[in-house]
Amino acid sequence: MTQHPFLALTDADREQMLATIGVGSVDDLFGDLPEAVRFRRELDLEPALSEQEVFAHVAALAEQNADASRELSFLGAGIYDHYVPAVVDTILQRGEFLTAYTPYQPEMSQGVLQAIFEYQTAICELTGMDVSNASGYDGTSVAADACYVAKHATGRTKVVVTEATNPQVRQVVKTYAAGFGLEIVEVPHRDGTTDPDELERAAADAAAVIFQQPNFFGCLEPAPELVARAAEAGALPMVHADLLSLGVLEAPGRYGAALALGEGQAAGNFPSFGGPHYGFLAAREEFIRRMPGRIVGETVDTAGERGYVLTLQTREQHIRREKATSNITTNQTLLALGGLVYLTWLGPQGLRELGETCLSLATYAKQQLAERAGLEPVFSEKATFKEFAVRVGRNAREVVAAARERGVHPGYALGRDYEGLDDVLLVAVTERRTTDEIDRLADVLAEVAR
Amino acid sequence: MKLIYEKSSPGRRASVIPRPEGLPAPEVPEELRRSDPPRLPEVPEFELVRHFTELSTRNFGVDTGFYPLGSCTMKYNPRINERLAALPGFARLHPLQEEEGSQGTLELMWRLQEILAEVTGLDAVSLQPAAGSQGELTGLMLVRAYFASRGEAEQRRKVVIPDTAHGTNPASVTMAGYELTHVQTDARGNIDVDDLRGKVDEHTAALMLTNPSTLGLFDENIEEIERIFHGTGALMYYDGANLNAVCGISRPGDMGFDVVHINLHKTFSQPHGGGGPGGGPIAVRDILEPFLPVPAVVRRGEGGFGLDFDRPQTIGKVRGFTGPFGVFVRSYAYIRMWGPRLREMSETAVLNANYVLARLKEAYDLPFDRLCMHEFVLSARTLKREHGCTALDVAKRLMDYGFHPPTIYFPLIVPEALMVEPTETETKETLDAFCDAMLAIAREAAAEPELLKDAPHDRPVRRLDEVRAAKRPVVKYGFEEHPQADAAPAPAATQSPSGV
Repeated sequence: MTQHPFLALTDADREQMLATIGVGSVDDLFGDLPEAVRFRRELDLEPALSEQEVFAHVAALAEQNADASRELSFLGAGIYDHYVPAVVDTILQRGEFLTAYTPYQPEMSQGVLQAIFEYQTAICELTGMDVSNASGYDGTSVAADACYVAKHATGRTKVVVTEATNPQVRQVVKTYAAGFGLEIVEVPHRDGTTDPDELERAAADAAAVIFQQPNFFGCLEPAPELVARAAEAGALPMVHADLLSLGVLEAPGRYGAALALGEGQAAGNFPSFGGPHYGFLAAREEFIRRMPGRIVGETVDTAGERGYVLTLQTREQHIRREKATSNITTNQTLLALGGLVYLTWLGPQGLRELGETCLSLATYAKQQLAERAGLEPVFSEKATFKEFAVRVGRNAREVVAAARERGVHPGYALGRDYEGLDDVLLVAVTERRTTDEIDRLADVLAEVAR
Repeated sequence: MKLIYEKSSPGRRASVIPRPEGLPAPEVPEELRRSDPPRLPEVPEFELVRHFTELSTRNFGVDTGFYPLGSCTMKYNPRINERLAALPGFARLHPLQEEEGSQGTLELMWRLQEILAEVTGLDAVSLQPAAGSQGELTGLMLVRAYFASRGEAEQRRKVVIPDTAHGTNPASVTMAGYELTHVQTDARGNIDVDDLRGKVDEHTAALMLTNPSTLGLFDENIEEIERIFHGTGALMYYDGANLNAVCGISRPGDMGFDVVHINLHKTFSQPHGGGGPGGGPIAVRDILEPFLPVPAVVRRGEGGFGLDFDRPQTIGKVRGFTGPFGVFVRSYAYIRMWGPRLREMSETAVLNANYVLARLKEAYDLPFDRLCMHEFVLSARTLKREHGCTALDVAKRLMDYGFHPPTIYFPLIVPEALMVEPTETETKETLDAFCDAMLAIAREAAAEPELLKDAPHDRPVRRLDEVRAAKRPVVKYGFEEHPQADAAPAPAATQSPSGV
């Protein structure tokens, strides 16, 4: 058989190695396996492909997809088509980052450790928090992590989540909650945002309140008010935020949030059909020893030079085992590094300008949908960021199908998650969309809506 | 080395954000508007590239050299995987795209599910969990849902775990709301079956086992263990962290396991990325399929593929969408380049490990004197007793020889543990060079122990003070208030070993 390209041993190597081990054949190495559990046929898999064959096969699969380079897309609903600059690809493809693992040995890993320290700093700056972990799996799992923090910090067993929070976040929190012994209570939205009085009533005896800003409908919640009411009720206020909104929107820490968390994809990761991305999780100082996951800290070496290490490891599963703050081990470091490179590329001015461009383009889109297609925002009284809900006069899934036949994906059909919103489309506008493209969306919707 | 924040100067920038003309002004309600801008770095693009390139040179990956970090399967990560994952048809595909517009993606996931079912010997697969730990937690949720459906949820509260288990296992048990029962290891490194018999009863929900174990040993009593658990109606969970040892050789489903997680970043070459991403799909026996997370990736009639949300008994969701898709592209491509030859991959991993073990076992203590599977655990106990050199010292000295150290101080039942996993990657020359280094270090421990205790000598930093970092945590840059970076040059490396 041809030598496999991912293997190196020659027949001569193998013979010498077996002789050193003191066995006659490779099969002899498996003598500890009881006969009954030995697999005696060949795996029923298609024959091995060469690199060029696997490229042709997998690239043909990719060709079948209607991605954002083939179809004008206004899909958002948690994952966004922001521009990812070339420097992100360049840095993430450095083999020293790409093919390393968790920096258990800091002297071998100063590069990634310092990068995580810089990432933690960026997340704290954006969110106004004191401590960030090195990343969680995504924007859903960090919400579950935050619930675990709240349960142990308060001793309470209820968590309030607003209905205007991403439905997938709510579903993941509920799935985890059973094991945590937590009850999840939802607060309905009122015309697209959360009513502070209702939130405060629900927050009585709650460990935490989670709401999203901007919320799933793209609307801006009265965030400082919601945080104040949650705190009043003794619950930890937790804000699920969009990093790219934080150049124009206030940092959650500045208005009193206890934890800030969210999906990092928009900041430096490709949509990639949902992952891998990074979830960020940041908190006020007082929660530092309850944080889940890796945290990098600064220290010095024996010569007094500055350096970085994984720190506060007594929180973690490999030390604390069943008493750990989380079971997380492998996280999303490479994607968080992508986030850091991207945020560095943006800088503070770029971040603000990006937010402003999104705001302006979304406003422009609302105007065009009204003027050209006669479509009005559903929650017309509410301010929005880069996404808004619009009533399309008939089942929005049908509108999506009809618009796609004209080469435009007009957005997400909210009826998939919300009762009573079957005729509502959630339209996302990033800085990648041009005014011409928005005009085209409006023209297509004029044809297919109502 | 300076932090990126210390290279920042107001007014510099790397990005230009398009601003179409004639747009309405951006408006944010006053009370929600940002008061102070975040202090992100302000650098031109070339400074950005140089900064992160310099950081990368202070890091060590599989691409840099030999990385025998036990239990982590640090194998070669083929570059074709990166090219494929970056194709616009994948990278720019939105996860909420209609089924009709994501057929290629759905087909790839469905094919990967079929492959993982065959490799594990089980019936159904969910790709959703983001990493091994999340796979464990998901698996335990399935166990709970299964017993709840049989009215046994309140009765079965205990999960049995051997003392060699990864820390994630007990942590997952707690997060799933279960209670732990510990079981000991016997003199041959297997689960102590006598201890086990007394601990498994009608209150037991499941066993969590890594096989081969974290000692790198295949449990010789696996059939008896299976009878004990299934005999009481309990289920068996397989931690797939060590699957690289047994592909095509022995399948968890055939060993009797009901739930398995697979670490795509270990066995199936998703690069570890400095800590992640990973992938932690789970494979299950048919009795657990109804409880799998939604949506399920299914093949529909006429050859199309779809997402099925209509699973009334599902546990729900553990992660957004259908899981870390980019990871699936890499693992799928990788497996297709092996096909049935995956067996050869595992055989070579086991051969490499046994060869290194055979060369090292005279110089270090071997707690369980057996042939190993894909990894093995040595102890530096004698070096410590006779020369005061610990496993940590050995690890740090290995850096001077240009190797990443093995996993140390794990599993917990072996004092001064050194856990070595060479993987199937590596030439015999590399394995020999590593063995030579380990043997030289054992001699140095006797002759010149300071060489070990002062190591590493050649890395960008010397040994770091981890206690200080935890005592007074500094976990972000402090800007004006930040302690000054020490400007003194690093001490010259004077004691690097010759000839490497």
